[in-house]
Amino acid sequence: MNRALYLIPLGLFLFFAGLAGYMLTQPKADQIPSQMIEQPLPEFTLEPALGGMPGVSRADFVGGEPRLLNIWASWCLPCIAEAPHLERLREEGVEIIGVAVRDRPEAVANFLGRYGNPYTRIGADEISELMIQIGASGVPETYVIDAEGNIRYQHIGDVREETVPLLLEKLEEARS
Amino acid sequence: MIDFLRLLCAALALIAAPLAAQQSMPAAPYAYTQLEDPVLEAEATELMETLRCLKCQSQSINDSDAPMAGDMRHQVRSRLLAGESPDEIRSFLTQRYGDYVSYQPQVSSTTWPLFAIPLVLLALVGLILLRRLGKKRSDGEPTQ
Repeated sequence: MNRALYLIPLGLFLFFAGLAGYMLTQPKADQIPSQMIEQPLPEFTLEPALGGMPGVSRADFVGGEPRLLNIWASWCLPCIAEAPHLERLREEGVEIIGVAVRDRPEAVANFLGRYGNPYTRIGADEISELMIQIGASGVPETYVIDAEGNIRYQHIGDVREETVPLLLEKLEEARS
Repeated sequence: MIDFLRLLCAALALIAAPLAAQQSMPAAPYAYTQLEDPVLEAEATELMETLRCLKCQSQSINDSDAPMAGDMRHQVRSRLLAGESPDEIRSFLTQRYGDYVSYQPQVSSTTWPLFAIPLVLLALVGLILLRRLGKKRSDGEPTQ
């Protein structure tokens, strides 16, 4: 019998041990990118998340300039951290449409009172329907939507200082 | 004593308040409610056991108490009720979340080795066995 054949199991073992060792050094893949990028935003209508502000539907993204769709919630801590950066984007003239996930009107109002309101509209996604429709897996997430209502870019996690120029760039790209 | 217990309960409730905050919304109608039709509910359970929770590692949406998993169970049950097939619902979700969401891997450009390697290994084992057994037989014959 060819002696080299006996080395095959050893080789296989070393391969898997090496693979396991390598994967242990890799960061956990906890971001699940949406597969809906470059796809049209699905049809949806969300009731207003609080009194005094309009709700959100697909039609609100069509026409004019590219917009941001910000998925957030008053119970979400990173959403507090991103509030000032959303405010900066608003100051740059970006329209930000908000969707509050699993939230109550009074909690939404309280959050906006404390951390500011960069939104032109806020819809209530009480059972994550819109989230699932666009492939969002957590809160917060921010999407760039072009003027034809197509999803162009997804940012997972809170918007940070360094995310602001990136989003402005993506919004500029979405004009074409 | 009773006063002390009351105080203790109030204190514990205060500590638990941040935990309750995320759950303060009622769950989606079909998150924890089974479908009336047992056949549909069985289909739903079978499907939900093979859909991956997005918020928790290594749990199906059937096993998870995460609010997002509840909302996904609602999608599965209400879509089944509306007449969609389990396969349609699975592809609805994979179109949005990719293969990540499904515990039932499909053959694709990245997953084909998963299906091919066992076949290759089986063929290899067969080949080795055949050679060994064949050799033994031919070894045995001329000695007599």
